[in-house]
Amino acid sequence: MKLHRRALLALTLATSLIAPSVAMADGTIKIGTLATLEGPFTVLGQDSMRGVELALKEHNMMAGGMKLEIIQGSSDASPDSAVKAARKLVEQDGVQILIGPLSGDEGLAVKDYAKTQPNVTFVNGTSAAQDTTLRDPAPNFFRFSTDGAQWMAGLGEYAFTTKGYKKAAVVAEDYSFPYTQVFGFMAGFCKAGGKVPSKSWVPIGNKDFSSVIASIPDDVDAVYVALGGADAVNFLTQYQQAGGSAPLIGGSITVDQTVLGSEGKTKDVVIGTPSAGPISDTDDSPAWKKFVADYKAAFADGFPSPSLFAHGYYVNTTAVLLALDQVKGDVSGDQAKFREALAKLSFDTPTGKVSLDKNRNAIADIYLTEVTKLDDGKLYNKVVKVVPQVNQTLGMDEAEFLKLGVVGRDNPACP
Amino acid sequence: MSITDIATGPSAVDRFFQQLGAAPVILAVALIIYPLIVPGFFTFQIGGQILILGMIGLSLMVLAGYGGMVSLAQLTVAGIAGYGLAIFGINSVGIMGFGWPWWIAAPMAIALAATAAALIGLISVRTSGIYTIMITLAIATAFYYFVNQNYTLFNGFSGYRGIQPPTLFGLYWRDPLPFYYLCLASAALAYGLVLYGARSSFGLALQATRDNPRRMRAIGYNVTAIKVFAYFLAGLIAGTAGVLYVWFNGRISPGTISVAESIGILVIAVIGGLRHPIGPFLGAAVYVLMKTFAIDLIGAERFNTLIGLVFLAIVFISPDGILGLWQRLKPHLAPTSLRPHHEGRD
Repeated sequence: MKLHRRALLALTLATSLIAPSVAMADGTIKIGTLATLEGPFTVLGQDSMRGVELALKEHNMMAGGMKLEIIQGSSDASPDSAVKAARKLVEQDGVQILIGPLSGDEGLAVKDYAKTQPNVTFVNGTSAAQDTTLRDPAPNFFRFSTDGAQWMAGLGEYAFTTKGYKKAAVVAEDYSFPYTQVFGFMAGFCKAGGKVPSKSWVPIGNKDFSSVIASIPDDVDAVYVALGGADAVNFLTQYQQAGGSAPLIGGSITVDQTVLGSEGKTKDVVIGTPSAGPISDTDDSPAWKKFVADYKAAFADGFPSPSLFAHGYYVNTTAVLLALDQVKGDVSGDQAKFREALAKLSFDTPTGKVSLDKNRNAIADIYLTEVTKLDDGKLYNKVVKVVPQVNQTLGMDEAEFLKLGVVGRDNPACP
Repeated sequence: MSITDIATGPSAVDRFFQQLGAAPVILAVALIIYPLIVPGFFTFQIGGQILILGMIGLSLMVLAGYGGMVSLAQLTVAGIAGYGLAIFGINSVGIMGFGWPWWIAAPMAIALAATAAALIGLISVRTSGIYTIMITLAIATAFYYFVNQNYTLFNGFSGYRGIQPPTLFGLYWRDPLPFYYLCLASAALAYGLVLYGARSSFGLALQATRDNPRRMRAIGYNVTAIKVFAYFLAGLIAGTAGVLYVWFNGRISPGTISVAESIGILVIAVIGGLRHPIGPFLGAAVYVLMKTFAIDLIGAERFNTLIGLVFLAIVFISPDGILGLWQRLKPHLAPTSLRPHHEGRD
């Protein structure tokens, strides 16, 4: 038993060795990046890191004459893990700027954490829950990517007027990002006169949609689906097998390349599905084409075309680098100069001009698309129209918009 | 089979002090001055987390080490306390939140968790071995999915946010230093109670039940009651840790008590070692340090592989975990004069 002393000595030594060195080297700015590099969104997280890398490459790993040191953090899409990773990056590694996180509820949690770290600037990754910036925002949290409701801009009206859908059922995943997407869709759809008689919320990773499909009313004109990745494929396959025939309306990550690229009859079902989001694969603008070409050149193992996660992290990282250039890398003290530069920043991205509103949330262009079969037999999202400069209140007066209430399972409603 | 030592005879108290020796004193001093020499991150995020997860691991160690019952539902019990605290106390979500003061809400949450633990015990004591693991895993999974999909009581996927520890004696208990000492005091109390309890008549009865339930029944013990009471006591420890964990995170959601996290508690107990109550804390230290710093060692792509390999290596080299590793190394390291005179005792 006495020998434990030795172990203790070793333990004490080891502890003192791993104690961090908080001293900062001159001429270096530490930036933390936080994304889902484990868990169900790993693939998306990896693509988001490609966006960061691309932005850094364009700036030669320098900003404002300072060298940049990048430290990666990983979460598993749960808010707890995001805060743990953020805390490690800020308090242990001493990053001065944090870029991330990726997923909706993570963003809400990191915003709450940001309030306790007034000397660090937080810039969003792709997390797109509305209340990350709309209600009770953190003064040091900036979002140069748009939120899930903005991504739906114009889709509701388009579905009602052009497509002629009067009644739509909603099937969506059960967390803050799809709530926000459904809100954005219904804001336009209900205002135009559409009705949503049923909403089904399913847990992430749901495999069996039979009860959900059974609960979709027979008399709806369309089904609005806000599911991502494997969930979307599972739902579409089962819906079709169950004999469902109503046309679909897609959320921003519902009819992306993971679904469109899959084989089987599902492909025929989704042709003509309208959707909306912050990017479009087939955008013809030179800026987007250059972005895609750069992405492909840099990452042989990447997707055929950058995902909205690569795009979102790219835009947010670029914003950080541009603001750092403006203030010559001055992030001393409470970073007031840097934050002022960020707040005033307006720059051109692969998807048009981006600037911030007073809550530090992005105002940007949104793409309204429709799934189309091209000559090569493959499916693409064709741009129907670009909705210019969508703000967080979707063009409404802010007071009026806030009266619509907090997004959730039961809000909004128009049965 | 008996891996945990059973103190016997009238010399137990003497032996206890004899064994106490210098090491625990040094350990205690080291733990007390630890936050004074490391930065806040190591105090709160690392230290606090190790102590909390160590306590949940300790509750598993009590059941598995002394009772021979491996329960995967200990994190669920902690989660019940956490949700209880969010529901009885104050949260910022606007659902439930009775607003009771912490000195009612926290004990109620712990009592609720211990009661739930006793119920889980009641359900699972009739099974043994792998069936206990299965049934407690089923309970953990069911509870995870239940809280994930129940909105009126548990607020589903998002769970509860804005749960704050109290401000008491002019101290905000979520500041690194007070929180660390709160965790340390709780963990030390739990550790001491387990050490004492193992030598009490109940502890001896539990260990005897583990080794030969049939004989215990024959000499007139109520084996079921002993086991259920063990679950209840372990539930008190896990529940206390659960309250601390929610104060630590400031929130609780289904992700906190997912099946992967439950298995994490088993990993902590196994890599630490089940033969002594210090084991789970050692295990938690390795677990938390690996989880936090593996990404710095090997980069973002493969850090989970490294974590897995380290755990695998520990269990491969020493099936008894870090404690067993120490037991194995001790005779080789010690100078002859310091070698213990009695064999097989720790």
